Amino acid sequence: MLDTAEEITIAPVPGNGSVTAVEVVDLRKEFVRRKKRKTGFGRERKRVAALDGITFTMRKGETLAILGQNGSGKSTLVRLLSTLLLSDGGSVRIFGHDAYREHRAVRRLVNRVSVEASFFKKMSATENLSYAARFYGMAPSQTRDRIPEILERVGFPRDRLGDSMENLSRGTQQKVALARALLTSPVLLLLDEPTTGLDPRSKLEVQQFIREIRESHDATVLLCTHDLAEAETLAERIGILDAGRLIALAPADELKARYGTETLEEAFFAATGKTLEDEGEEDDE
Amino acid sequence: MKGAASTMRAELIGLAGVVERNVYLTKRYFLWDVAFFLWTVANTLTIVFIAKGFEATGATLDVDRATTSLLIGAVIWAYLGIIFEFLTETVAWERWEGTIEYTFMAPLSRAMHLAGQGVFAIIYGLARAALLFAVVAFFFDLSLPNANFLAALLVVAVASISFIGIGMMTSVMPLISPEKGMQLGFIAQGVLLVVSGVYYPVEVLPQWMQWIATISPATYALEGARAAIMEGAGVTSMWEHVWPLIIIGVVSVPLGLWVFSRGERYAKHHGKLKRSG
Ligand SMILES: Nc1ncnc2c1ncn2[C@@H]1O[C@H](COP(=O)(O)OP(=O)(O)OP(=O)(O)O)[C@@H](O)[C@H]1O
Ligand SMILES: [Mg+2]
Repeated sequence: MLDTAEEITIAPVPGNGSVTAVEVVDLRKEFVRRKKRKTGFGRERKRVAALDGITFTMRKGETLAILGQNGSGKSTLVRLLSTLLLSDGGSVRIFGHDAYREHRAVRRLVNRVSVEASFFKKMSATENLSYAARFYGMAPSQTRDRIPEILERVGFPRDRLGDSMENLSRGTQQKVALARALLTSPVLLLLDEPTTGLDPRSKLEVQQFIREIRESHDATVLLCTHDLAEAETLAERIGILDAGRLIALAPADELKARYGTETLEEAFFAATGKTLEDEGEEDDE
Repeated sequence: MKGAASTMRAELIGLAGVVERNVYLTKRYFLWDVAFFLWTVANTLTIVFIAKGFEATGATLDVDRATTSLLIGAVIWAYLGIIFEFLTETVAWERWEGTIEYTFMAPLSRAMHLAGQGVFAIIYGLARAALLFAVVAFFFDLSLPNANFLAALLVVAVASISFIGIGMMTSVMPLISPEKGMQLGFIAQGVLLVVSGVYYPVEVLPQWMQWIATISPATYALEGARAAIMEGAGVTSMWEHVWPLIIIGVVSVPLGLWVFSRGERYAKHHGKLKRSG
């Protein structure tokens, strides 16, 4: 852990020895969607539930994969856990800290990688990581060696340290995004489709690295993905989100047994009640 | 106690991080800044030539005095533009790059985040304003033997605290309206300067505008800067301009922060922070 990190308590669960990392209770989030009226005058406002009463807990050190179609609410969940959205009901606790009332403590504990790398494109990887680390209270003396070190660990080519981000491939950018998240030593890592759009090799590298982090950092990982194999190999439990509801949450084997299927993919379709042909029709993005 | 000290340290490091990021960006976009500066010089010249123009039409006036007065107005106009631009970019630029969510989920408090943006804006803006003044003064061959630039700098620096407070309010627009929102900064800059006697004494304005002038920090910045540069008023005599600025600053900065935090709440309720994914 960082030595500048403020004392943030991580409360053990009374009774058993394991620590609850994430506790989500009846979490709800709605968005207003505007539609053109049929008459052509004005716009109709409709409230749509992106998350419709989600409840689950994660144990410290666990990796939980969330599967779900486009628009099922995965990113909304990630944003609620990272204090970027305010909920419309229910609660989120991260290591005992309420995400709304104690957002500062929560922010200190969490970091995130999203599907888009999101950097200042004209700045180099090192520059992007430096300023971002400052926002977490890391002084230059702490980042001087640590940034090149961490970039090396994610497999960032050493000779490109000074290149601006816009000249790096997507795979390389995504590695920098992972490095940025790790730099602040988060105890909860939120990964929102970290390997979507990567070539097979970059994908494997990123997955290998996620495995490594889990083992070396004892981090708790919430992984949203469309890649069922990725979910199965990386996660201990798999949750299925469907239209804002968590309709299943169990280890992959249990899911397969429950739906009487051979593969996780079949279980996923059985759970969401959709066949391959239906898939993709409901793209709300 | 130890906790409070380490929180404060982390906050200051975060503030420095905002400044650091702007230094990187300024380096990377240096040529753009040079181009924009040249545009500002041209713009300033067009205004400052007005005094010479009047003389040529036969009007009697002290051309050097009028030129200097217009120059001070134009430089402050440009300075205010830079301050509001930086503050508005706190959100607008990050939204464009897609980094906004990462910045807003960091533990750095919004007050320090905006303060960092303000500190950089002031340093950059003052350096640019000084250069602009020097270039145009040289062009017109203005000799300002009495000018007290230190006093002028002081009064503008104090006024800047209020400008930052107002800038925080204008920077809330891109937060709640992702597509547009830069415009509010321009409006604030224009309204503030029109009532503050940017190219004329406040006394020529209609009464109601003069009332607004008394609560505009730009009024005191312009008066103070003119007294210092044109009459050679010293640092100690700046007090009459500085005390109203302190009062305006004490009100506008917390108000600016409050407005911004309301905007942030709204954005987090309605999902306006996200860019995609
Ligand atoms: N900021 C927002 N404003 C309005 N509606 C939103 C916003 N964010 C999400 N939604 C809506 O909420 C629902 C869930 O979206 P979300 O992005 O969480 O889905 P997702 O599971 O991450 O999808 P994908 O796989 O496409 O990334 C969708 O209907 C989406 O249109
Ligand atoms: Mg998503």
